[in-house]
Amino acid sequence: MNNAKGTAHKYGDNIDTDVIIPARYLNTIDHKELASHCMEDIDKDFVQKVKPGDIMVGGSNFGCGSSREHAPIAIKASGISCVIAKTYARIFYRNSINIGFPILECSEASERIEAGDEVEVNFDTGVISNLTKKETYQAQPFPDFMKKIIAANGLLNSIKK
Amino acid sequence: MGMTMTQKILAKKAGLDRVEPGQLINAKVDMVLGNDVTTPVAVTEYEKAGFGPVFDKNKVSIVLDHFTPNKDIKAAQQCLISRNFAWDQGIVNFFDVGEMGIEHALLPEKGLIAPGELCVGADSHTCTYGALGAFSTGFGSTDMAAAMATGEIWFKVPSALKFNLIGKPAPYVSGKDIILHIIGMIGVDGALYKSMEFFGDGLQYLSMDDRFSMANMAIEAGGKNGIFTVDDITLDYVKDRVDRPFEVVVPDTDAVYDEVYEIDLSKLEPTVAFPHLPENTKTITEAEACDVSINQVIIGSCTNGRLEDLKAAAEILKGRHVAKTCRTIVIPATQQIYLDALKAGYLTIFVEAGCSVSTPTCGPCLGGHMGILAAGERALATTNRNFVGRMGHPSSEVYLCSPAVAAASAVAGKIISPAHI
Repeated sequence: MNNAKGTAHKYGDNIDTDVIIPARYLNTIDHKELASHCMEDIDKDFVQKVKPGDIMVGGSNFGCGSSREHAPIAIKASGISCVIAKTYARIFYRNSINIGFPILECSEASERIEAGDEVEVNFDTGVISNLTKKETYQAQPFPDFMKKIIAANGLLNSIKK
Repeated sequence: MGMTMTQKILAKKAGLDRVEPGQLINAKVDMVLGNDVTTPVAVTEYEKAGFGPVFDKNKVSIVLDHFTPNKDIKAAQQCLISRNFAWDQGIVNFFDVGEMGIEHALLPEKGLIAPGELCVGADSHTCTYGALGAFSTGFGSTDMAAAMATGEIWFKVPSALKFNLIGKPAPYVSGKDIILHIIGMIGVDGALYKSMEFFGDGLQYLSMDDRFSMANMAIEAGGKNGIFTVDDITLDYVKDRVDRPFEVVVPDTDAVYDEVYEIDLSKLEPTVAFPHLPENTKTITEAEACDVSINQVIIGSCTNGRLEDLKAAAEILKGRHVAKTCRTIVIPATQQIYLDALKAGYLTIFVEAGCSVSTPTCGPCLGGHMGILAAGERALATTNRNFVGRMGHPSSEVYLCSPAVAAASAVAGKIISPAHI
């Protein structure tokens, strides 16, 4: 798997799927349109600020609430290459893996990384490097079956083979 | 080491003698569910991947309940994707306007879930059916597509929290109040990745409608599923609805739980969750002291739109009128509940009390349609989430409560105990 590298966008605990993509926009499945409203209820400048490859950092219980897959789709389509959080709500976690979007759990990274830090993630080893602070943090690497799903760019591609 | 109810169902459906927490398994599913928000994403992916017929057209349910009756052209287009798929595939349990109800009230009512079965749904409140002693959990659209194609799905076996319910609840304390109390106690991630398993003598006082409300909100504590032990109340509910054989699963006597909580139902008060998390709970006494005026009341949703919920509201609203300043919207969760409420006279009571009564829809709960809030407005709702912007403008607020508290508060125009109306 390729590394991810970009600028960090930092949020707090319990970032729910209603703020990631409000339900009023769920009348479409167009990825770009969903991305254009990503995070707007808590950070209306996010879509202007985000650059391809950037990294989103959250606290505990990231992605709680609804099962809408539109949430990880909106984050991925906004250009974010990886989410790092202390913990995830389980449906958000499996939805992300299932669409081939790598997300990592790491308490230390979640606490230490600040908005604007340059961060690099090695998905094979789980090592997260904070290039701004010159620190590294260790996340659990993915188990093999999740690596296969992510490498196939999603669950459906992986079960087709 | 013994297994919990959830672990035993998962082991059986995975064809294994036993499973351990953390183990990754593939399990066979008895029902796959999708709604009009999640199904179009699943269908698009399903067709892109080139899958043919679904694994079993009797074991897929598609319910168009979120943005229906269609609220705008885009929603209508999304529903069309779901409708075309359901018709093309010959999906037996496809429910559209006129037959549909809110999915998590509808499926149990139609006998589509039985004790011991394994149900997955592309809607987070799929955990509702745990009230029937089934394993039932929410997942996403890609999962739905995979489950429709193969009849199987991957799971990580959860550990469990045990809730031992004792005592008899006081008047106006319902299943909703119990689950709000529990979420307030353990927090919105208190059951993250875990099962919440409910036992105890107190269950004899909890109807199926109470239990559906409780299992429904397991997800609001981060739970993978909520599950109730099966008793006569459960069996009485399924006897005229389910005509296939099913298995009542009981936990091993040496089942291991991460935590055991004992909850004395007789000590609980009606409970209200303040913005913007379901864990921000206050007792009704504390809530009254905050003097919270409200602009809108919603009585309905997959949490509290069932007949007993409407009964509780009707008993309070009978002969009374809602405050001029408080728009009150009542949404029976299914067509059958609508009919039953009509025959029981509840709908007349609501209309005479100045409430709007709607056809079944999830509508306002998720800020979709049928009751959206303006900037700074406050709603008191029997729904399940009070996140920022959940019911409308990002600066609006949602408070969560039981139908009795909602009805009393609609009359007062502010949050008040049903005992004080």
